[in-house]
Amino acid sequence: MASDKIIKSRFFFEDEVEEKLAEVPTEEPDSWQADEKLAKVGKPYSRIDGYDKVSGTARYAFDMHLPNMAQAKTLRCPLAHARIKGIDTRKAEKLSGVLAVLTHRNTPEIKWYGTSFLFDTHLRYEGDEVACVIAETESIAEQAIKLINVDYEELDHVVDAKEAMQDSAPKLYDSGNIRNGEPGTYSRGEVEKGFAQADTVIEDTYRTQIAIHNPTEVHCSVVNWDGDRLTVWDSTQGIFRVRDGVANSLNIPLNSVRVIKKYMGGGFGSKLEAGKYTVMAALAAKQIGRPVRITLDRKEMNLAVGNRPDSVQTLKGGVKKDGTLTALFHHSYGAIGAHPSNAQCSWPLKSMYKCDNVKVEEYSVYINAGRARPFRAPGHVQGFFALESLLDDLAEKINMDPLEFRLKNYADKDQVYNIPYTSKVLREAYQKGADAIGWQNRSEKPGSGRGPVKRGIGMSSQIWWGGGGPPAYATLKLNRDGTLRVIAGTQDIGTGTYTFMAQVAAEALELPMEKVEVILGDTAVAPYCGASGGSTTAPSVSPAVRNAAENMKAKLISGAAAHLEVPESQLTYQKGMVNHKTNTDKSIAIDQLVREMGEQVMVSIGKRGANPEGYMINTFGAQFADVQVDTETGKIRVNKIVAAHDIGRVLNVKTLENQMHGGVIQGLSFALMEERVIDRYTGKVVTFNMHDYKMPTIMDMPDIEMFIVSGGDPKISSTGVKGVGEPAMIPTPAAIANAVYNAIGVRIKQLPMTPDKVLNALYR
Amino acid sequence: MAKNKKNSRSMSRRDFMKGFGSGVVGGSIMLQTLHAAPPPTTGTFKDESNRVELTLKVNGKLVQTKITPHTTLIELIRDKLALTGTKVVCNHGECGACTVLLDGRAVYSCHMLALDAHGKEVITVEGLMQGEELHPLQEAFIEKDGMQCGFCTPGQIMAAQGLLNEHPHPNREQILKGMSGNICRCSAYPKIADSVVAAAKK
Repeated sequence: MASDKIIKSRFFFEDEVEEKLAEVPTEEPDSWQADEKLAKVGKPYSRIDGYDKVSGTARYAFDMHLPNMAQAKTLRCPLAHARIKGIDTRKAEKLSGVLAVLTHRNTPEIKWYGTSFLFDTHLRYEGDEVACVIAETESIAEQAIKLINVDYEELDHVVDAKEAMQDSAPKLYDSGNIRNGEPGTYSRGEVEKGFAQADTVIEDTYRTQIAIHNPTEVHCSVVNWDGDRLTVWDSTQGIFRVRDGVANSLNIPLNSVRVIKKYMGGGFGSKLEAGKYTVMAALAAKQIGRPVRITLDRKEMNLAVGNRPDSVQTLKGGVKKDGTLTALFHHSYGAIGAHPSNAQCSWPLKSMYKCDNVKVEEYSVYINAGRARPFRAPGHVQGFFALESLLDDLAEKINMDPLEFRLKNYADKDQVYNIPYTSKVLREAYQKGADAIGWQNRSEKPGSGRGPVKRGIGMSSQIWWGGGGPPAYATLKLNRDGTLRVIAGTQDIGTGTYTFMAQVAAEALELPMEKVEVILGDTAVAPYCGASGGSTTAPSVSPAVRNAAENMKAKLISGAAAHLEVPESQLTYQKGMVNHKTNTDKSIAIDQLVREMGEQVMVSIGKRGANPEGYMINTFGAQFADVQVDTETGKIRVNKIVAAHDIGRVLNVKTLENQMHGGVIQGLSFALMEERVIDRYTGKVVTFNMHDYKMPTIMDMPDIEMFIVSGGDPKISSTGVKGVGEPAMIPTPAAIANAVYNAIGVRIKQLPMTPDKVLNALYR
Repeated sequence: MAKNKKNSRSMSRRDFMKGFGSGVVGGSIMLQTLHAAPPPTTGTFKDESNRVELTLKVNGKLVQTKITPHTTLIELIRDKLALTGTKVVCNHGECGACTVLLDGRAVYSCHMLALDAHGKEVITVEGLMQGEELHPLQEAFIEKDGMQCGFCTPGQIMAAQGLLNEHPHPNREQILKGMSGNICRCSAYPKIADSVVAAAKK
């Protein structure tokens, strides 16, 4: 086998380019071809972790219980902006059952968010960490928190991005409230010239709300020290990120920290980093010499562990009579909360359609509220709502069918980097989607339906990255009974990673699925894989598993050649056997071979190959919505969503369909229901539970029809897989918004489209 | 991928990540500090809360115990009986993750006192099993993939069992209504509905 090499790998993780050195294989099996018929990959296998989840035996970090374990709770700032003048923890410490109280006074200054600390005395939002109580029970810890007396100096606050941008606004940082002091900018061509060439120009402003991830399992950790070695069970999307964050914060070696996550109850982007709570628990556990469990409650989830930034987007588009887009301009600002994050949302406008003249200016603004984090397709969900609304309005102005308008401006290459795509199967998605929703029956005159309940059809396109890339590694262990274990440092966040990895290994080694077991989510035993975000897990990890399987095959052939005393070139691998090409007596089963070799297990390692140079890897798709709007009550009902996507190869059609449903319904929720509301006078969040923060139930689900129009993309990797988690959600709100316009003839430019907004739009 | 981004000044979330968790200010003091920390502030912990007697049946077994009166049913199930299949998500009767059967009816166990289950029978997700064997309803959830992350799944399954106890042959409307008290943030709703339909046919 040729030795492997190290390359500089670059690919999009969420909406930013990640650059990492990565070891990649120099030899790879031929990629499965686009339409190759595979025995196991693509098939609707039930989740291999299904038993654990339905029986209740799946152990989440929340469920971990260690002997002599103590419980921790966090005191959070009740004000939007304050300074700690004094803190008195004596009463809390005296409460029977309290073991320790951590504050800024008795803990080291551990840096956080660049310029802040684990416990900062400058509290910048309601929910900022003030103290941590460790007690015998959760209930005692909660009581003790109420006994801590904090003398706050209340400071002026600002909880609205627009207000925060004014010079007169209270400052969160000395350098001002605009992150980096300036907007993010981008331009290509000459935008003014482009607008001058247009026959029609429209400018409009669109607004989207702040949304909270609200995964069902709260952020939580259980930590345990063995001497100077720390084990952390964490509810996380990125075990290695947690390991690095915790080790750096505590200033201990990386090999002293082991992070384990077997199951986790949802993340959606809010669990991509090490949490303060984990470090607090580790500090406390060291101090009291006992394991510590720390959990947030639902209110803390709604204050302190991330959100999708809001956006106020002013878009301007120019178009010729024939439908050619001549120029696009995007100006936006959004609130990122009290600490560094990013509210950019211009990627859809920059990358979706062919347009030579584009200009972007976007501001990320600090306010006194919890910090934003990536949330399922950061920027894209907001950006597409604005872009696709504008596009429909432009199409109407020039009397063009909205779908025809999009086809007219179809991008044949990447618009930002000016390089070809590895593949793009979007025309077929438009066609399938349009046929399935009945596009030809769509009313061309918006709002012309009769009666108070009006029906409409709308659509939106979608682009995302989701190509993944190296580094990602997998280890295979072949036992001497012919069973196989796949081990990788990735994590299954509910998407079906356990199952597809077994399918890929079973496919490549032609083994029955029952013989394959998968171990994920343990930094101590698994080789490195990235965090599960950016729809990169399947495209990054599946080729590493296949590579490991091919390496295992090569070893088995080599072993069989030595044992049978024939040249390797005369042997082939088939279905758990190494066979001689001509002499049927000379063959051996792999379990027998492992035993003959005197080994208990045989190990191979696989690596994700490099992405092709000079290409952009994107997913594409289109969703079509059929809605009805009650013009008397303002209530919108989504009847049907058709989701037609290019996501490369399908690994498991059952779990894929489930993820598609999830994306669509979360998109529907963002379009119609959920919104974090802050009272601007007190700066306090008023939607901090699951009653006031509206999320859909089973009653709200629309009929969902899915089409995957792509086969494998052999240019990307040996498996040809792209991601799907984020693409599934991106176009839904925009498609619903355009369908609502088609139904009532009035455009709603602000999400969520609650009944009050519908009625105001109709009758104000 | 091309490396250069022309005319571009984009803000990075990772600028923050670089500064984050970058260690202790002023060197490595922490662990030493903590080793030298004073012993825990309290001595022996004696829980002196008032306790009352409670008798109920959980998953077919008689449980006789003493609890503080404010103990909720979910606290009894998870903390005292160590049945962690049942989950806590909102702890306010808003999401259904803690659903168990009380005398055959689906209830939110976070939203009622354990004392209110006195003399009654509670079935949790563990109680549907026959040893290691799955109940047909649980099998239906696997077969139809009525889950994603799985955290709300035990509650969904118990709500479904409550629904099937009430309507052994539910129509679609009854299924949707019966399952509408259980939030699945992953939004696996279509396949949860399919699972209940499949289970009803078994």
